[in-house]
Amino acid sequence: MAPARTALPRLLCAGVRSARRWPGFLRKATPGPAGPSGRMLTGAPNPARSEPQDDHDLQRKILDLPLKHSDFFNVKELFSVKSLFEARVHLGHKAGCRHRFMEPYIFGSRLDQDIIDLEQTASHLQLALNFTAHVAYRKGIILFVSRNRQFMHLIENTAQNCGEYAHTRYFKGGLLTNAQLLFGPEVRLPDLIIFLHTLNNVFEPHVAVRDAAKMNIPTVGIVDTNCNPCLITYPIPGNDDSPPAVHLYCRLFCTTINRAKEKRRQMEILYQLPSVKRAEDSGTAN
Amino acid sequence: MAAPCVSCGRALSARLSLTVRASLARRPGHWKPSAVDWQMGAGSQLLKLIHTTAVTTKKNVPASRHEVYTEDFIKKQIEEFNIGKRHLANMMGEDPETFTQEDIDRAIAYLFPSGLFEKRARPIMKHPDQIFPKQRAIQWGKDGRPFHFLFYTGKPSYYSLMHVSMLHLYLIGSRWLIKEELEEMLVENLSDQDYMQFIRLLEKLSTLQCGPAEEEFVQRFRRGVAIQSKKQLIEPVQYDERGMAFSTSEGRRKSATAKAVVYEHGSGEISVNGMGYLHYFPVLQDRCEQLMFPFHFLDRLGKHDVTCTVCGGGRSAQAGAIRLAVAKALCSFITEDEVEWMRQAGLLTSDPRVRERKKPGQEGARRKFTWKKR
Repeated sequence: MAPARTALPRLLCAGVRSARRWPGFLRKATPGPAGPSGRMLTGAPNPARSEPQDDHDLQRKILDLPLKHSDFFNVKELFSVKSLFEARVHLGHKAGCRHRFMEPYIFGSRLDQDIIDLEQTASHLQLALNFTAHVAYRKGIILFVSRNRQFMHLIENTAQNCGEYAHTRYFKGGLLTNAQLLFGPEVRLPDLIIFLHTLNNVFEPHVAVRDAAKMNIPTVGIVDTNCNPCLITYPIPGNDDSPPAVHLYCRLFCTTINRAKEKRRQMEILYQLPSVKRAEDSGTAN
Repeated sequence: MAAPCVSCGRALSARLSLTVRASLARRPGHWKPSAVDWQMGAGSQLLKLIHTTAVTTKKNVPASRHEVYTEDFIKKQIEEFNIGKRHLANMMGEDPETFTQEDIDRAIAYLFPSGLFEKRARPIMKHPDQIFPKQRAIQWGKDGRPFHFLFYTGKPSYYSLMHVSMLHLYLIGSRWLIKEELEEMLVENLSDQDYMQFIRLLEKLSTLQCGPAEEEFVQRFRRGVAIQSKKQLIEPVQYDERGMAFSTSEGRRKSATAKAVVYEHGSGEISVNGMGYLHYFPVLQDRCEQLMFPFHFLDRLGKHDVTCTVCGGGRSAQAGAIRLAVAKALCSFITEDEVEWMRQAGLLTSDPRVRERKKPGQEGARRKFTWKKR
């Protein structure tokens, strides 16, 4: 299926970091300190020759298994067209505010107010939530960005609840493009940026949209009828001004991320059981 | 004006070099690249940088020192300080275990007597944490994930403070439900204790850091309160020996003060300083626009009796003072809405205008002397 095929290279890119930075998932240098999955090899400091091979297989199984399904985390059940309608997601701005590139996503116009096509929204939302879940499953850093002061507090709370990061404040110039200088040489940039409001307070596209595209960071964004969906990887056409709509999005993202993290923990426990047992045995033997 | 000074050593942590570069590059154009070429990459031998001083090369800007210290350097300094403390204790013949900071200060003052007046220029031996400025600790863990959820804003501590302060924003401008409203909401009878307990619980919940669901829950029990400006003071109604209701109040205008006694039921007689108002204020303007206006505004022209005393000021000022006094006294006999109307009409505001003083070099307060060209 097309989404799975296109999702695979993006996910691989998301997981890979440059060679001079942190040893990534795919490169197994030395089994010394805790790997990215956080597992500590207890017991004997010299692991047996079969252990690295098993580790590699386990990593491959844990990471490759979700990619074989189109909706591994079952994000479809979290919402429906009816729930989107009740949250007023279909309401757009007036026809004068319409952006040219949003015309394919607009169902029609009623009394000069644009109505967004919820069928398309549902499919886009499903793709976006699926991608978010995969990124969270692979322990990626997710950054929630918005510059709307009305929902600033809510979005920061959502990020805190998922254990991810938020940026609803003044966006400093080279934050993504010049991060080495601003933070430090070994800083890790976000692996996914979620825009709950694509525009900033002067109704211009948020700088982070362009910067994320420059830094090859995939983006998920809620695009209203006055926004530009061009540079966003997974746009979700929908209303970004009504409180019920924004509350719904926050809830959806929070649930998917928590679900994906929980799944990852379960998979690790499931696949770790034999290797953990072997480590314990070798420890007691020595 | 000099190039940044560099003390060399063994292998370097790449992080330090770029932290230095970051701090130096913060002022663009002032950093001169040093002789050493920074090479990145695991395994390459690099020069160790213990600390650098960046001195600005601009002439008019004072030299601002921006020093960066590594964790290893600080740790070594602390070790050296502890060893030095023990040596000092031995020198002074004291017990190294119980050698406090005051003892160190006394020992240094004894061993290095200094005649300098400036206390800060004298030799000191303090713990490195008090001498070297505080540095920010590493902000991310082993897997690279930052610890603070607002790390990517650039100022995590400041913005987390702003975030926490916003929690209580929704509490401003609203009040808790009163007992009657709560009873109405629950359709149950409550005792006062039940109500107090409930309010205490909600107060506690609002002070805790909770998510949006809890905020919505708490906001259901708060009602908006219209922000009132300074509340109008209403005089209490008094009763004289004949059982007639009256109220008194004062008013001022320019330098005139007036005390008015307004009776609730009367025939519209106004007596000023014992005389009738017709005699005291022969001018129509004073009588109509000032004295009678409060009654005329409330349609109570012939319904109240007024007795007032006034002193100071002139004719117009006395009339204005009486008007204010009468309006304030009338507040006790009328409804809240009418008080608000009077306030909006300006009847209850004391006129702040007073005579402006004459300035030297001018003929009056504003009038200048006649300007002569030659």
